[in-house]
Amino acid sequence: MTRSHKFAGAASLLALSAGMAHADPALMFDLGGKFDKSFNEAAYNGAERWREETGGSYREIEMQAAAQRVQFARRLAEAGSNPVVVMGFQNAPTLEEVAPDYPDTSFVLIDAVVDLPNVRSVIFAEHEGSYLVGMLAAMANETGTVSFVGGMEIPLIAAFACGYAQGAKAVNPDINVIVNYTGDTPAAWNDPVRGGEIARAQISQGSDVVFAAAGGTGLGVLQAAEDAGVFSIGVDSNQNYLHPGSVLTSMLKLVDQAVYDAFTDGPGLETGVVQMNLAAGGVGYALDEHNEHLISDEMQEAVEAAKAAIIAGELSVHDYREDSACPAF
Amino acid sequence: MDMMVLVQVLESTMRLATPLLFACLAGLISERAGVFDIGLEGKMLVAAFMAASIAFVSGNVWIGVVAAVGVSVLMSLMHGLASITFRGNQLISGVAINFLAAGITVVIAQNWFRQGGRTPSLSGNARMARIDLPFAEALRDVPVIGPIYHGILSGHALLVYVALLCVPLTWFMLFRTRFGLRLRAVGENPAAVDTAGVSVVGLRYAAVAICGVLCGLAGAYLSTGLSAGFVKDMTAGRGFIALAAMIFAKWRPWHALGAVFLFGLLEAVANRFQNIDILGVNLPVQAMQALPYILTVVILAGFVGKAIPPRAGGAAYVKEH
Repeated sequence: MTRSHKFAGAASLLALSAGMAHADPALMFDLGGKFDKSFNEAAYNGAERWREETGGSYREIEMQAAAQRVQFARRLAEAGSNPVVVMGFQNAPTLEEVAPDYPDTSFVLIDAVVDLPNVRSVIFAEHEGSYLVGMLAAMANETGTVSFVGGMEIPLIAAFACGYAQGAKAVNPDINVIVNYTGDTPAAWNDPVRGGEIARAQISQGSDVVFAAAGGTGLGVLQAAEDAGVFSIGVDSNQNYLHPGSVLTSMLKLVDQAVYDAFTDGPGLETGVVQMNLAAGGVGYALDEHNEHLISDEMQEAVEAAKAAIIAGELSVHDYREDSACPAF
Repeated sequence: MDMMVLVQVLESTMRLATPLLFACLAGLISERAGVFDIGLEGKMLVAAFMAASIAFVSGNVWIGVVAAVGVSVLMSLMHGLASITFRGNQLISGVAINFLAAGITVVIAQNWFRQGGRTPSLSGNARMARIDLPFAEALRDVPVIGPIYHGILSGHALLVYVALLCVPLTWFMLFRTRFGLRLRAVGENPAAVDTAGVSVVGLRYAAVAICGVLCGLAGAYLSTGLSAGFVKDMTAGRGFIALAAMIFAKWRPWHALGAVFLFGLLEAVANRFQNIDILGVNLPVQAMQALPYILTVVILAGFVGKAIPPRAGGAAYVKEH
């Protein structure tokens, strides 16, 4: 080996060990994009909160196409990032492929379960949070019809719809719940034109509260609801501020907390399944200065009572994902 | 009740068909002059972005519309430069415009607004107001006329009516004016036009410029009329559906109106009825949403008959062989 080769080898070893020593965490967004005002943006906010509080730095990556999932996850692991937080249920196969190749890197998957020794799977009890906003919807409702706009018809989104319908029917057993989906390709998460058109169709069928769980498509739904003078319900992040007075509340999914926790725990974090349910404070409904005049004291009392009952285990909300069926439809 | 549903679906059809109609007429005029244009999608996308961003910055939707038309015409002239002046392949030039549009809109939007490639939400005067036609309220309760006039026709953005007006205008221009005759001739037999001493290049440039104006209106309606802001790839294939409608209509304006209404109706129906029971079989959502595309294939393959494009379409005109 010549001297220059030795030098190059030493330098690369040094670079490698330097990378290992810092081991910045990394965040990989799903197709909706970093600024979807919803799921991915919540993750971004969690990461930013971590950065502000600790002064650390992190890597992030946004993909443009589904084909980049594995490639980008590998790139983050190769670069020495640890832990690597990966957003979205569609990345479960990604981690099944990538994680075994990097046993010393900790991965965190948000929204799905992958059973590998170096993966933490964070799943949320969306049905419980949706149950609470479903109750609020039914209490704010005057027409006897409420509705739901989902992105794709997949078990995760059906769990939102099912929880919402159960909550609405708990308040008013005769209430009619319209459930529609935007599409069956990834474009369904980013088509506000169609989202707005579906919301208008639902409103014309009598719905006066529209719950959107459809990523960027939801922005069109919320806009259509405001234009028609009815209520809407946001999702994942607190979207109350988007159309104050029209957004009744938002179904919160504390993705930011999950990302923040993962970054804080750092390399070698505890793996396994983490349940972010009502009891753990992982889901909830948003109440702030933009919607406090829309939620009356009785409404809040009723929802808080249901919340306490769910946490205590006295009230169980059916999860669509358990048996692909919903008692409330 | 059923009547109400019908009225609502048709009203939704009006909205959804409008961008298709603009784009379809745009393609029709361009192709009648012998310039194939599969860049309709890209021009709509750039126009949608321009309309939303300029409307947001200026607070006036009509300034946004003018900007949208401007940028769309610019893209059209690029297509013209590549395929008329430099005699490049028209299809490749169109594909290039689509790719360029998909990338450049997101990059510029991110640079200007820092919201991940979308523009901020529009409100107030930055959005197209809905227009109530005269006497719409008065006629509301009149049977038959009331639902049609008040329910379906009235209460849309101005561009919806402009699009409808463009149909007879296009027909008149193509079939009743000297310019239209020459335009059609240049798409069928440019050598004859050239022999008569009329500029082939000039006519083709005029056609792609008109195509640009119409695509600009389509995009502007999409981002400021139908929704309130631009998001990436928001045209979602509408430019290609418009091309299909144009072939379905065999390059004729009035038939184009019928074709885009069919496609708009299919989309409205798919949005409204997501689970239909037919003879005890429950059609899933996915089947309903695929319906417009399945029907596109079926119609184009089976019912149109022979659709013959303008004879000189797709080829650059060369004076001397």
